[in-house]
Amino acid sequence: MNFSEVFKQTNQLCKVSPDGKYLATCVQYRLVVRDVSTLQILQLYTCLDQISHMEWSSDSLFILCAMYKRGLVQVWSLEQPDWHCKIDEGSIGLVSSRWSPDGRHILNTTEFHLRVTVWSLCTKAVSYIKYPKACQKGIDFSRDGCYMALAERRDCKDYVSVFVCDDWHLLRHFETETQDLAGLEWSPNGCVLAVWDSCLEYKVLLYSLDGRLLSTYSAYEWSLGVKSVTWSPSSQFLAIGSYDEKVRILNHITWKKITQFDHPAAINNTKAVVYKEVEKRPAVGSDDLSLHNITIGTTLFNTQSKYEICPLPVQIPVVKPDPDRANPKIGVSTLAFSSDSRYLATRNDNMTTVVWVWDMQKMNLEAVLEQTSAIRCFQWDPRRPRLALCTATTKLYLWSPAGCVSVQVPTEGGFQVQSLSWHCSGDSLILLGKEQLCLCYMDTDQDEK
Amino acid sequence: MGEWWTSVPTETSMGNYEISSISHVTMSPSRQNNLVSMCSSLPLSKSSYNVISAFCTEDNIPQCILYINQELASLGLSCACIEASSPGGAGLSTVPAMNAMYELLQIHRRNMCTLEELEREQLKKSSTLEHMQMNNSRLKDQLEFSMREKSGLHETERQLQLKIKTLQSCLKTEKDEVQKLQSIIASRASQYSHDAKRKEREAAKLKERLSQLLVDRKDKKLAIDVLNCLGRSDGKRSHWKTAKATASHEGEMYKSLLNDYEASQRSLMLENAELKKVLQQMKREMIHILSPRQSSTKGATADDSQEQVDSDGEEKMGDSSRETLDQSCEHAREQLTNSIRQQWRKLRNHMEKLDSQASQAQNQLESNKEAIPRETHEDEMERMRCEVQQCKEFIHAQQQLLQQQLNTSFDDETAALLNDCYTLEEKERLKEEWRLFEEQKKNFERERKNFTEAAIRLGREKKAFEEDRASWLKNQFLNMTPFTDRRRCSSSDGQSALSIRSEPEMRMSSTKAELAKSSTYATFSTPKPTQSAAVPSTTELYRTLRLIPDSSSSRHSNRGRWQESSTIDDGDNRAKSKSRVRCGDLSIFSLGEDENSLT
Repeated sequence: MNFSEVFKQTNQLCKVSPDGKYLATCVQYRLVVRDVSTLQILQLYTCLDQISHMEWSSDSLFILCAMYKRGLVQVWSLEQPDWHCKIDEGSIGLVSSRWSPDGRHILNTTEFHLRVTVWSLCTKAVSYIKYPKACQKGIDFSRDGCYMALAERRDCKDYVSVFVCDDWHLLRHFETETQDLAGLEWSPNGCVLAVWDSCLEYKVLLYSLDGRLLSTYSAYEWSLGVKSVTWSPSSQFLAIGSYDEKVRILNHITWKKITQFDHPAAINNTKAVVYKEVEKRPAVGSDDLSLHNITIGTTLFNTQSKYEICPLPVQIPVVKPDPDRANPKIGVSTLAFSSDSRYLATRNDNMTTVVWVWDMQKMNLEAVLEQTSAIRCFQWDPRRPRLALCTATTKLYLWSPAGCVSVQVPTEGGFQVQSLSWHCSGDSLILLGKEQLCLCYMDTDQDEK
Repeated sequence: MGEWWTSVPTETSMGNYEISSISHVTMSPSRQNNLVSMCSSLPLSKSSYNVISAFCTEDNIPQCILYINQELASLGLSCACIEASSPGGAGLSTVPAMNAMYELLQIHRRNMCTLEELEREQLKKSSTLEHMQMNNSRLKDQLEFSMREKSGLHETERQLQLKIKTLQSCLKTEKDEVQKLQSIIASRASQYSHDAKRKEREAAKLKERLSQLLVDRKDKKLAIDVLNCLGRSDGKRSHWKTAKATASHEGEMYKSLLNDYEASQRSLMLENAELKKVLQQMKREMIHILSPRQSSTKGATADDSQEQVDSDGEEKMGDSSRETLDQSCEHAREQLTNSIRQQWRKLRNHMEKLDSQASQAQNQLESNKEAIPRETHEDEMERMRCEVQQCKEFIHAQQQLLQQQLNTSFDDETAALLNDCYTLEEKERLKEEWRLFEEQKKNFERERKNFTEAAIRLGREKKAFEEDRASWLKNQFLNMTPFTDRRRCSSSDGQSALSIRSEPEMRMSSTKAELAKSSTYATFSTPKPTQSAAVPSTTELYRTLRLIPDSSSSRHSNRGRWQESSTIDDGDNRAKSKSRVRCGDLSIFSLGEDENSLT
């Protein structure tokens, strides 16, 4: 495993282009585009203000930089550096900006969710979509880029509009049976739309592309409900994480529950492997005063850590949430399927130091990773069943069915990994610190072995 | 109270007992003259002495004689009457008087005996009474205690009942509370939703107004500034929004939906085909399993034959269904499922029948043949033992073969090895012999211990006897009166002879028996308690082992001892010879030990 040198970045804005060739980073109001393989700067763009959002277009030709405070969006072309485009939303304000799947339209959501403005870069045409709903996930494009589902709120009722992205033609518009719609998500094959209610009610609705209600699922009543919803890449499973610290898996034929995964505080009597991160402070003995150790003296304060396999039963540290506060820190908030749909990684919010990995073939717990500090981010390798996670420490952790490893990021100045993202090839990993970033290259030869 | 009561009669009886014993002592016939004087010293017998003295004087002897005779006659002692030796004289004819006296004494003794018995009886009774009373009081206490307990339990039950009542009332109030809270929640929820709706409407209105205002203001800033327009990503030109376009969109949507459904249908079809295949296979196997059994038991019962017919029909149907499966038409599917269902039913019936048969068979086995499994067990055990034996032999043969091979391959080394083996073997044998010798030694030790014990006991007894003899001689020497002498002598002789005779035969029991016997004779009982505890000194042992040549009784016992010692010597010699044969070093040691024990 190799690490690149450290680069500056701000707001953790750092993205690899969809084709995997370029790396765009924002430093204050500058946008830097580098070649991923050489890390040499290819282009440098200067925006009007500090960039608050940056996004690649789907064809990797354009980069969108949004400055929400100014209500401005600037678009840069990689092929024609002197081409420029500036969109001003004016006094109405801007809270969100994104590309349409074709990379020729920009969707801006105005303040107070008054409307969604669709700007065309081809015709300079502008169109409005009224009554968008302010919620967890109000807009979702289907995987093939054909359709957009938008949550709307009119007359105290929830509606879903399905648009054809090609010409923004409204294909379907239907009312949903929700009290307060919280989010929607297309299935990866683009034929089923999952819609879920706010946390006050456990309700998941499944709509066909043509607006027919396929199924309704509710696990329980009178308690805080759905916290997160994720489709498996094969569209076969719908995983629903909820406030009762459970994940329920629905199947794609009958839309009934297949199984549920509990997140118990005491793990016993399973075949799961419990990996526990153990920290070791390097002992300062007589042989530690060698030259070698002095050269890496900057990392003297960094603790070594490794994983140990805990014998069952294991007690997991649990933080009891404050019941009087809104949005209690309990329940499954993050769900992620591996690219082959074989594994599901989850995080329960009152067990912040633990990641759970479930086997979707055997429908049981595969591994539990207990870290020494709270987990910030985890992401699956887009090619292999391999999970990378970080805990805002100087270490990077990797899990695969073969085992678990903890790697110290060998940079000076205490590089703390706040977030990470995989390169689309799965060969490298971008590690984001507070103000810095660093690339981590996987040793591909070793992996193939 | 009861205890106090019972204690009184026991005391009196004890007093009686003492008196009786005293009187018994005084009634010994040898010392009548002394007796009277002795009796006179006792305060209790004083009155009787006075009576006697007043009863007969020199003057009224004949009257007395007459009176006594009358009395004797009334008592039933008609055998003899006391006469005066000389009419009018003071003397009495001795023989009848003595006879009468003797008989009176006999009567008296008998009476005393019965009295004693009765007293004992009474004592026993009183003790049982006491016991009963104790029992009674204890039971009373128990009763009281259990009553108390019962009342306590009653009390706790009452308290618990009360608690239950209060808890029930509590529950009721809690339930009410819950209901109230639920209603409150419901009202709050409705209130909240109403408020939320109102607020939302307001917000929507505000938004509407805001957007209206923005539109009215003709916000100049709202603009897009592009250097030059881009082409579409797909390279096509944009279309007009027309009905045709919308229709095409619809078409596209349905197409994608259709594609999805087709894909899912295909996968389902595949799955279905797989399942059907499995079903077919299952059915075939079922038929295969069922058919031979049914043919064998065909005609046994009408039911079975009926089933057989069914299954035949079924098979035909199954065949037809198999043929038509490929067309996957609905009729065929129905047939298939039906046939499977029927086969399954049959299989289930069959299984149930088998189950019941098995249980019956087991019952039968359990009821009439319980010994058989044990026999088979034993057989099995025997067989296994044989096998083990065979295995051992096999291993042995292999070892031998190995050794042989070693022998052939190496000469000098193997010779040494073999030598080693032989010495080892010898060692083993020696060890075995040593063990045997040890065992014998142990036996010998035990015998020796027995012998010393016997010798000690003998010495003790001999000492006792010596003392006895001394006392007896002393007595004889002191009491030279021929009358008493004869009696005492004879009794003591009989006793001593008995004791001596019993000595060699039953050493263990004699001491105990003697203890019991000698309680009546104070002279014999004296040495016992001191010697039972004390360990005899070596001098005593010597004395007992050496011959003491004066008394016949001692010689008698001595001979027995000598015989014993000779036998032991024989055994010793044998042991020695054996040990000498086996192990030279040890024989010396053992000899030394023997010498020690002998001296």
